[in-house]
Amino acid sequence: MTGAPYDLVVVGGGPAGVAGALTAALAGLRVALLDSGARLGGQYFRHAAVPEREPGLDRFLLQARLLDGRADVLTRHQVWNVSREPGGDLTVHALTRDSSGERPVTLRARRLLIATGAHDRPLPFPGWDLPGVLTAGGAQALLKGGGVLAGRRVVISGTGPFLLPVASGLARAGAAVLGVYEANGGLGLARHPLLALGKAGEAAAYAAALARHRVPYRTRHAVIAAHGEREVEAVTVARLDPDWNVLSTRIVGCDTLAVGYGFVPQIELGTQLGCETRGDPDGSPVLRVDAAQRTSVPGVWAAGEPTGVAGWRQAEVEGRIAGRAIVGEARPIARRGPDGVLLRRRRQWRAFGEALQRAYPVRPGWQSWLRDDTLVCRCEEVPLARVREALELGATDARSVKLLARPGMGWCQGRVCGYAVSCLAGEAPRPPRRPVAQPVTLGALAEAAPEDSPDEAAQ
Amino acid sequence: MSDVIVVGAGVVGAACAYYAARAGLDVTVVDRGPVAGGTTGSGEGNVLVSDKEPGPELELAMLSNGLWRALAEHGGFEFEPKGGLVVAETDEIQRRLTELAGKQGVEHAMVSGAELRDYEPHLAEGLAGGVYYPQDAQVQPMLAAASLLRHGAESFGRGTLRLRLGVTVTGVLRSGGRVTGVRTSQGDVLGDAVVNAAGTWGGEIAALAGVELPILPRRGFILVTEPLREPLIRHKVYTAAYVTNVASDSAGLETSAVVEGTPAGTVLIGASRERVGFDRTTSVPVLARLAEQAVALFPALREVRAIRSYCGFRPYCPDHLPVIGADPRVPGLYHACGHEGAGIGLAPATGHLLAQLLAGERPDLDLRPFRPDRFSEEAA
Amino acid sequence: MTFHITVDGRPVPVVPGQSIGAALHAAGVRSWRTTRFGGRPRGLFCGIGVCFDCLISVNGRPPERACLLEAEPGDEVTTA
Repeated sequence: MTGAPYDLVVVGGGPAGVAGALTAALAGLRVALLDSGARLGGQYFRHAAVPEREPGLDRFLLQARLLDGRADVLTRHQVWNVSREPGGDLTVHALTRDSSGERPVTLRARRLLIATGAHDRPLPFPGWDLPGVLTAGGAQALLKGGGVLAGRRVVISGTGPFLLPVASGLARAGAAVLGVYEANGGLGLARHPLLALGKAGEAAAYAAALARHRVPYRTRHAVIAAHGEREVEAVTVARLDPDWNVLSTRIVGCDTLAVGYGFVPQIELGTQLGCETRGDPDGSPVLRVDAAQRTSVPGVWAAGEPTGVAGWRQAEVEGRIAGRAIVGEARPIARRGPDGVLLRRRRQWRAFGEALQRAYPVRPGWQSWLRDDTLVCRCEEVPLARVREALELGATDARSVKLLARPGMGWCQGRVCGYAVSCLAGEAPRPPRRPVAQPVTLGALAEAAPEDSPDEAAQ
Repeated sequence: MSDVIVVGAGVVGAACAYYAARAGLDVTVVDRGPVAGGTTGSGEGNVLVSDKEPGPELELAMLSNGLWRALAEHGGFEFEPKGGLVVAETDEIQRRLTELAGKQGVEHAMVSGAELRDYEPHLAEGLAGGVYYPQDAQVQPMLAAASLLRHGAESFGRGTLRLRLGVTVTGVLRSGGRVTGVRTSQGDVLGDAVVNAAGTWGGEIAALAGVELPILPRRGFILVTEPLREPLIRHKVYTAAYVTNVASDSAGLETSAVVEGTPAGTVLIGASRERVGFDRTTSVPVLARLAEQAVALFPALREVRAIRSYCGFRPYCPDHLPVIGADPRVPGLYHACGHEGAGIGLAPATGHLLAQLLAGERPDLDLRPFRPDRFSEEAA
Repeated sequence: MTFHITVDGRPVPVVPGQSIGAALHAAGVRSWRTTRFGGRPRGLFCGIGVCFDCLISVNGRPPERACLLEAEPGDEVTTA
């Protein structure tokens, strides 16, 4: 373990984390930033070694360059636990890999900024575990990070405005996008909620891109099944009623399906530390923060999607607000008042994010797409029938369904199936309990053992 | 109106309800949460006879061991008669293990240092020996509790078994000194007898009835590894320190290596004990120590990844014995709680003996060592 | 510009900076392990290290997430 604690450790190298780290580092704080990726960027600003042009990317890359040299930037580091030491400092437990294998890295910090982003929220349906079925974010990551097309003939389905950049990105890169099926809305692109939210330019650009590549955009439609032997070969597209019950179906041949039904904020480092949570409009548990992005736990801030999904602009704004507040706490003499412009922007983008969540809810009809043998949990291969059995045996919530039928007990710890299992159990998703947030070899974990006697270690 | 109200739908409550219904009684089980939502849901599923000193708890464990085997024949949950291997690091510990095994009167085989790898090929080198207990077993405790509740009354019972979940007991109803039911968050539930099977929270239920039961939480963490393609560990394997830790009165942290594979392919790693109240905060030093001890026992685990961990609260009584029987201080109140870390293993015997009491029969075992008022006598 | 890794002995081209998963996907290899109960094929799903579907063994090491692991020249990948 390094000697003196950092003034600030930031977890997550997307727009929120980089903005927060840079703000603090520029004010002279000793800062470390950890990210699991090989390059900074997070999901939105994921980029290849030689980046393509993207809105906002230049600005992000400039911030990342400025951060380099002013802070310890530790890429390829996965944080698996943050805990409070008896003395009040925080211990950040991470893993990294080098030529000799996996190796634990432990940092001490006076303050922590959680900027861990979000991941796609998938819904189960028959065939969703066939190779060639990816999350929308997965298809996007392949393209942005590796320059790889997820497939040649691609169908995109789910809900939310994120489907649009995924579709236009794939079409631009040369894939035949056979259709974008948006389960919500009935309005079509011309009256897309993005327009009402003052993002006419962005919406128009997507609409133009889809039109240029002749990509059909259908609302109140969704892919409700994927078919194929070893890989996806076709999908069933359904016309839906407003509750997402199936009205009619047809088969569309394709080699790839990208699906996404919103996002799951990654908040487990916060819940490890006991941070309070609240429900976002879409039901997702997110970290509760005050006007300065402070969580309920002293010394712990959060910015970006973990405080509520609202996109990369909001993430950067929140990162900057958190950074300023952290500087103010660390250097009371240099304390500056809140920046009115930042606060106004944050309010705007928060309203935008919440409006999108309300415009693109997950409706209960998806449960009727499942068959008894449809896997709900991909890791432990738990079919719907076993989840139902658990409910009949006396499981009254998602946790007891997990205890009885094992969905969420596998590798991903319920990140993929957790939302669906909560819906099936009839409750809103609860804050995650993941004391070991990333797999850690027992050898690496053993190295975190204190060298004194166990009785002393407990003090 | 039921004959019996069981408070707690964990494995002990489920067993009490199952055997009572089987004896012809009408049973209502109430729990503030789901089935197996408390300590049962945080357990490894130990059905052990190897870790107990000779005496009443061992007798209970032996009775229970046979009952689990009978229950498992009806299916509905995993029961693995895998056997337990207690290993000794030194000759002195091996001598003490030998002595204990001699006194227990439980089926066992002495294992020399050279023979250890016939039992567990991946054990570390240099261990002095061990004792193998073929009767040690493991059940999937949540499913076991759920199947006892579900199938028990349906298939074999003459009485009825009703399950009311999400119902919090807020009071114990009495008339003329006798218990007549419980007050709950969803109205009164009436019954001739109330069984307190609230596990770690058994002291709170007792307090609602106006009696004291000194049950405290003793926290334990378990590490779970990634699922392995090939089983690495065949038996439940633990070091001799486990036996002394189980019996210890220390409030501080105590750990010992307890390692076993599961049908899902994962390896479960315990065991830690500390008295810190109901604090769920994960202690990385404790997890690290569990990992360290497991790797020392099975070096091949070094490269295996832990993918999650969880903690639970064992219901702990000062004398490490459970509380089983009628409470002479409150007629109609029965207790079946305080089993510490052995609740899964001891559940069927507890349920069976309590059902005998409820049905007016003479219990198969002497219940005096488990009597609920023993603590106040000691104090007096 | 590109280099190669081998997948079950077969060479697969890699653009520097690509993950093992991206390189396999680009080469048309879309599944590389099977599940332990149902024997179902698995490859990339979330693509960002969350789902663990894409676990793969590289250079004989225990399985890792192909989507996070950057390919390096000479990597030998074995599929199950």
